[in-house]
Amino acid sequence: MVTIIKIAWRNVWRNKLRSLIVITSMVLGLWSGLFAVAMSRGINEQRVKSAIDTYLHHVQIHNPSFEYNLDINSVIEDPTCVLEEIENNSLVKAFSSRIIISVMASTAHGTEGVKIIGIESEKETSFSEISQNIVKGNYFSKTKSKPVIIGQKLADNLKLDIKKKLSVTFVDDNGDIQRIKFKVEGIFNTANSIFDGGNIFVKKEDLIDLFKNKYATHEIAILCNNIDDSNILKENLAGLFPKNKVETWKDISPELGSVQEIMVWFFLIFMSIILLALSFGIVNIMLMAVLERKRELGMLMSVGLNKTKVFLMILFETIFISCISLPLGILLSYLMISYYGQVGIDLSIVSKGLEAFGMKSMVYTDLPIDYYFRITILTLFVTLISSLFPARRALKLDPAEAIRSL
Amino acid sequence: MNVIETKNISKLYKQADQDIKALNDVSINFKKGEFTAIVGPSGSGKTTFLNTIGGLDSPSSGKVLIDNNEITKLNSNQLIDFRLRNIGFVFQSYNLIPVLTAKENVEFIMLMQGSSKSIRDKRSVELLKSVGLDDQLNRRPNQLSGGQQQRVAVARALASKPKFVLADEPTANLDSSSTSNLLDIMSRLNKKEKMTFIFSTHDQRVIDRANRIITLEDGKILSDINVK
Repeated sequence: MVTIIKIAWRNVWRNKLRSLIVITSMVLGLWSGLFAVAMSRGINEQRVKSAIDTYLHHVQIHNPSFEYNLDINSVIEDPTCVLEEIENNSLVKAFSSRIIISVMASTAHGTEGVKIIGIESEKETSFSEISQNIVKGNYFSKTKSKPVIIGQKLADNLKLDIKKKLSVTFVDDNGDIQRIKFKVEGIFNTANSIFDGGNIFVKKEDLIDLFKNKYATHEIAILCNNIDDSNILKENLAGLFPKNKVETWKDISPELGSVQEIMVWFFLIFMSIILLALSFGIVNIMLMAVLERKRELGMLMSVGLNKTKVFLMILFETIFISCISLPLGILLSYLMISYYGQVGIDLSIVSKGLEAFGMKSMVYTDLPIDYYFRITILTLFVTLISSLFPARRALKLDPAEAIRSL
Repeated sequence: MNVIETKNISKLYKQADQDIKALNDVSINFKKGEFTAIVGPSGSGKTTFLNTIGGLDSPSSGKVLIDNNEITKLNSNQLIDFRLRNIGFVFQSYNLIPVLTAKENVEFIMLMQGSSKSIRDKRSVELLKSVGLDDQLNRRPNQLSGGQQQRVAVARALASKPKFVLADEPTANLDSSSTSNLLDIMSRLNKKEKMTFIFSTHDQRVIDRANRIITLEDGKILSDINVK
């Protein structure tokens, strides 16, 4: 067996240029595939993180009917008990209660349907990114009378700027039309332009007078100490407050929740397509090697090399090619993914398009270690399969005819 | 005692709509220690005959017996093993393994037979010395001349201690000095070790050294002459 392995290894280097071309194509194929997957994962991680930090958070509590119609009367049951429980729960890192009303926001330049979110401005800073995303003006610090923080997109649509007035109209809990004027104190810009165009933030106390109950709350948003605790906290709170609806970020935005699972399949399918293309290259080079060495193989069979050993020789040659390519491809991918995982890739040239999908323009590549193991197994499997056809072709050679071939 | 015995072997090839008889009812015996040249024009059936007695080709009819064992009954794997243990081959184009050195090429057959490293080392060096290549042990085929490659091929053919050696036009690609050198080596091995050699050849220099000359034509034996 050692001699068969030795012959196979030396055969790989008989035609150095050809072997190097296949090795290079495998290295580049692996690198491009892994890097593309790492970039996709990075983009999706950013999207999930941005959504959680901006508006999803880990767990949300609502009145069960609230999410269907944003009815102003669909407030949380027993809000003080719920808030007290959350405050004492060890899984909770931060939380904030909110009033949310569907309103028409108007200026002299136009009208937009938006959600007005009344927040506890101090508490909100500890877990929402809104305060960090202020690009103009301030975050509830200077304006004393009914300040509002609006998104850049809404500001553009309604031609609003700092200190300008924004009028909101809505139906109150009695069914009467109400109009309140706010003064723009800050403009935020998150990675999600849809969010920026559809949400405005005001102080909760500026809306609470609309309600008979001064503790009225439509939404309690919670950040856990660990994102993996979201489900436990949900079960916990849902059991204690069955009249309210408790949801994790995955329940609210299942398309984001399933991104990681989808990415695994995306990775497998994407890499399989690349490896399938590479396998044709391997089949081609090995078939050429077999056909070029017909006479030699015929001689080997004539003098007593049995079919199993001929088969193994071709198999080893193929495996050697992938054993050289695989570590090189993985090392190159690992180094580049690690590097761009630290410094990021600046896609600001297409930032507008990315923001429409809730993505930031800086992408940090990310690929867990288990993906490298998966690609190793997948590559070895594809290599083995690729070697079967040339090896079978070699076995079909008739030694007497093969010796006479040119 | 006969080393090789053929009984009425015929070999039929189909070419387009025509049946071509490469061998036609050939019955012949070879004794141990013979140095035989098989001659005849191109297409007379020389190579087919060598392939048939070497177990590389099976006859359409008839029997081939090696040491009284009928090889025509063996399946392909048994034939491979049979060739490994009983027959040495020397080919026209040397057909050495290009990625192995001269010594490794000679050792290769013994390795397939399962010989130990010490035996392989000793015998491969001995054989290469006997063909005058003890100073070229670690050279690869592309570093050797045609004559030297063919001498390595002879050493390889003898490495397995075969019952006989089949050589298909072994001197066809060699110049006259290499041919003479090769024939000297094979004659010496034939006399010293009583090794049976069967050549197919057109080369008069080989025919001149043979002690038996068989002439084939149209797949039939035209003459079988013992030369004293």
